[in-house]
Amino acid sequence: MALLVESEEVVSREGEQMPIAEPLTPEASSGARDHRISSPPAIERMYRHRLPVRISHWLNVPFLIILIMSGLQIFNAHPALYWGDRSDRDRPLFSIKPVRTNSGDIKGVTTILGHPFDTTGVLGYSNGSGRAFPGWATIPSPKWLAMGRQWHLFFAWLFMINGLIFTVYAFSSRHITRDLAPTGKDWRGIGKSIRDHLVFRHPTGEAAKQYNVLQKLAYASIVFILAPLIMLTGLAMSPTIDAAFPWLLTIFGGRQAARTIHFITCFSFVGFIMVHILQVFITGFFNNIRSMVTGWFIVKHAGVSHDA
Amino acid sequence: MTREHAMERREFLKGTVGAVSLVALSGCDNLTQSSWFPPILSKAERLTEAVQRSITPKDALAKEYVAADISKIFPANGNTDPGTAEYAEHVAQNFSEWTLELVGMVQVPRSWSLASLKELPSRTQITRHDCVEGWSAIGKWTGIPVGDLMRQVEPLPNARYAVFHCADVDDEGTAYYESMAVADCYHPQTILAYELNDMPLDVPHGAPLRIRFERQLGYKQAKYVMKIELVESLAGIGGGKGGYWEDQGYEWYAGI
Repeated sequence: MALLVESEEVVSREGEQMPIAEPLTPEASSGARDHRISSPPAIERMYRHRLPVRISHWLNVPFLIILIMSGLQIFNAHPALYWGDRSDRDRPLFSIKPVRTNSGDIKGVTTILGHPFDTTGVLGYSNGSGRAFPGWATIPSPKWLAMGRQWHLFFAWLFMINGLIFTVYAFSSRHITRDLAPTGKDWRGIGKSIRDHLVFRHPTGEAAKQYNVLQKLAYASIVFILAPLIMLTGLAMSPTIDAAFPWLLTIFGGRQAARTIHFITCFSFVGFIMVHILQVFITGFFNNIRSMVTGWFIVKHAGVSHDA
Repeated sequence: MTREHAMERREFLKGTVGAVSLVALSGCDNLTQSSWFPPILSKAERLTEAVQRSITPKDALAKEYVAADISKIFPANGNTDPGTAEYAEHVAQNFSEWTLELVGMVQVPRSWSLASLKELPSRTQITRHDCVEGWSAIGKWTGIPVGDLMRQVEPLPNARYAVFHCADVDDEGTAYYESMAVADCYHPQTILAYELNDMPLDVPHGAPLRIRFERQLGYKQAKYVMKIELVESLAGIGGGKGGYWEDQGYEWYAGI
């Protein structure tokens, strides 16, 4: 065996010396192939996502799409954001509007903190109509505030109920502490993990069996920061809820500030979803989708290390 | 990462967003147009009402602000002038002949002249008006607590809704009206306002009398109020949904 390995090492290092392996007996050489060539990277099936997590995950796909798109419909009814409790229309933090130019054309103008940007075709003016977000981004697609609110407020309930069930399950099954909470080792390796992500190098083998530290932080911030924030800022826009829980206005800095935070949080969700889908594609699309549908995830172990 | 890869990624993201929005939109637009789906969506309103009423103390006040918080411009939305000949005459007479009736399921129906209403004890509140469109404005309102008027007429036990009949009609001639639960009429901040920011209410803001129903959205704050009618059911009034905007698909319970 030692000889075989040695000779193969020679081969792999200096290909032109291939003939060195020639004198081997057929049996020995086939044995060698069994070990090094016909033994591909070993495959391990692991049960990665339990049923409640999978159900909750897939429910959130339509829920979030509908909430985001109907939310943009609602935003279109008054496409400007402010801080504090009232809307001083002469100084919004952010606005999207159609503007008639001197030549008579209509441009879409998005203004962020006083800086205007021409966003004709997408924001402010699209398909011949003056509207903040275009028809392809809103539910329903025509301008229809009453219907947008019905979609939004119905799915807000479903999203909240799904989130509460998930949270109770995740705590009681220790999904949070076991899978989502970063360990001390995770924190120490965060620099390396950031560098790996920047060059699109992803964990394989044993390391792929757990979420990496950035993944843990991303998921934990969705569960513990973005989701509660979007629900609470949504509730803070309710005049009845503000009467029942006046502290909501205090912590967010007013109803209009809550609306602004709601909007920013929405786009944080959009950003998360984009990166999440991208990662699903580049780290093995079918394996990822299978594991979120059936629960079973495949980990490939490279080389012989697994027999050791 | 090469430039090509970056381009591919961008194309991929654009493709994903496009595909998702196409599927979501065509599906959701079909559902919106169907006869069976919108009634399911509207079920959320009853859940919202039940939950909000159960977690909000009956007399919990909407936040009251200080003079420095008042909006410099308080936008006037919806109808900004009833535009009828009768109303124009009231404006010419400075509303001296305006009367408010409180009728329907009450022991003692009553009516008041505007002048006699202004002699009743009033309440002044600086509150935030939250429009369904998303904006807010803060104003100082003075008016008569509706609860005080209710106690004078003694509602019958089965009176459930107070319907506000208004002087304005829209471009198609549909009369404006609104309604709220009788119980909400007794909330201390529910007032019939006749002053905004220490001035008599002007025409765009609902002269001479408008409702302030502070824990609900702006479209519930009926302007140009002539008559309050207590009823057991909203069916048969206007489009039957309890208000001009409700008949166009907005929620009757406008707590969020």
